[in-house]
Amino acid sequence: MSNGVLSFCYLLSCVLFIFSIRGLASPETARRGNVLGMLGMAIAIAATLFSPAVSEYIWVIVAILIGGGIGTYFALKVKMTSLPQMIAAFNGMGGLSAVLISLAEIISGSELLIENALGLIIGAVAFSGSMIAFAKLQGLISPKAITFKGLQLINLILAVLVIAACVYFVIRSDINVFYFLAAASIVLGITIVLPIGGADMPVVISILNAYSGWAAVGIGFSLNNVLLIIVGAIVGASGAILSYIMVKAMNRSLLSVMLGGFGNEKNAAASAQGENKIAKTGDTQDAAFIMENANKVIIVPGYGMAVAQAQHILKTMGDDLHKKYGVEVMYAVHPVAGRMPGHMNVLLAEANVPYEDVFELEAINREFATADVAYVIGANDVTNPLARTDPNSPIYGMPVLDVAKAKTVFFVKRSLNSGYSGVENPLFFADNTFMLYGDAKKVTEEIVSVLEK
Amino acid sequence: MDIWMLMTILVLACFVGYFVVWGVTPALHSPLMSVSNAISGVVVVGALITAGIGEMNEVKILGLAAVILASINIFGGFAVTQRMLLMFKKKKVSTPDVKEKK
Repeated sequence: MSNGVLSFCYLLSCVLFIFSIRGLASPETARRGNVLGMLGMAIAIAATLFSPAVSEYIWVIVAILIGGGIGTYFALKVKMTSLPQMIAAFNGMGGLSAVLISLAEIISGSELLIENALGLIIGAVAFSGSMIAFAKLQGLISPKAITFKGLQLINLILAVLVIAACVYFVIRSDINVFYFLAAASIVLGITIVLPIGGADMPVVISILNAYSGWAAVGIGFSLNNVLLIIVGAIVGASGAILSYIMVKAMNRSLLSVMLGGFGNEKNAAASAQGENKIAKTGDTQDAAFIMENANKVIIVPGYGMAVAQAQHILKTMGDDLHKKYGVEVMYAVHPVAGRMPGHMNVLLAEANVPYEDVFELEAINREFATADVAYVIGANDVTNPLARTDPNSPIYGMPVLDVAKAKTVFFVKRSLNSGYSGVENPLFFADNTFMLYGDAKKVTEEIVSVLEK
Repeated sequence: MDIWMLMTILVLACFVGYFVVWGVTPALHSPLMSVSNAISGVVVVGALITAGIGEMNEVKILGLAAVILASINIFGGFAVTQRMLLMFKKKKVSTPDVKEKK
């Protein structure tokens, strides 16, 4: 295959990749987009195999089949609630791949020292960071923010060390420094992600996603390959934009998320305040009765729904209300609900909730004023009115769902505890709020059994 | 290729990425993550070039390992995206049994 044909194939796959992301503008075009993406990847792989750079096929194709088999197996087997950790794990594989490529390049005597070093550093951080994110989401290590005195200092020292080693390597081109650089970058990835806690995970996953894109750019420079540069830049932009959206939806800065340990110090003060207030407890009978007589019910799912796997029974409840009692049912999704961007949308889709019934923050907020019931299941901070009213609150300025405006609010929760931010939710003590204590799935099941009587 | 040529391509690609990604509907942010994940597996092109050399040595072994890892990323990413997207369904036209309430 001549160089011209090869370049043309790479151009074609670039265009197909762009169309595959473009397709995600709407659920109707998204599936076709994904197929175009697969086609683009197939063209890129086939063109490379037929290029003069590749002279041995058997081992290479065996390697593709092994990796493809493993990836497909896990992708088809994973439960939808475990999706965030699956994506983190896949991301880590891409990062490690970039590390190995730059290592192989340097061993085989590549002269492009800066390019390879950058590919190595970013790939290594993406790899170890993703692995820690995976371990946290999977519950292998505590999902809470793990911080200790001096961690920030260690991070700083590691970062300086990595930069210094990078510069030294470029000047001296000593392969041992390159190994050291790899090790230091891997440790840096670990210490960056460790102090970041559960509800900040959407940001972390987005950032790691961006890293794997930038690692591809680094490899693209070291191999002089335009395809890798273009695709890496697009993936990098995607991860960067998602992190921006997530950070904005929490009204925090990227820096404060990275420093971790959100809200820990506020805990004591908040819970002391709440002792003299009383939250009303509702029971599922009453809840079912109020909802079947409502005209409009808005369901607000959060991470608690995902943990309890309550999405299917929730859909049954919505269907019963709509079909049997003629209630208008809507679903309200906050951008940072769950553990990755769009997490709630995927879970609701899994339960067959049509996507037209699921609304984003801006679209749903004016609906609460005319809603009879807001059914908040496993969400907390994203409904906290203090974000609007209390400038001293750590979550002040965060856009929230206007749940308080509904005539009646049901909170399905295990306890009165404050949410991830450590801020108490005054909504629990409002006159029109009823707490339904218990597991999200069990409570909803009880309501459904009353509705179906 | 000249480094500035590559830089030009990089910067322009960033702009393309910026505009395409802002067009993605928030409901599909999870599939966006997994598909961009799969696409970033395009480093497999670099891995293939490294692994495609004729003689079996440490470089080739590193390359083959990189091919396996990138392939996990690619196949897994696309498959999980397809699974997610198949779940996003349009509303079936249905009217409630109870037409009007008191």
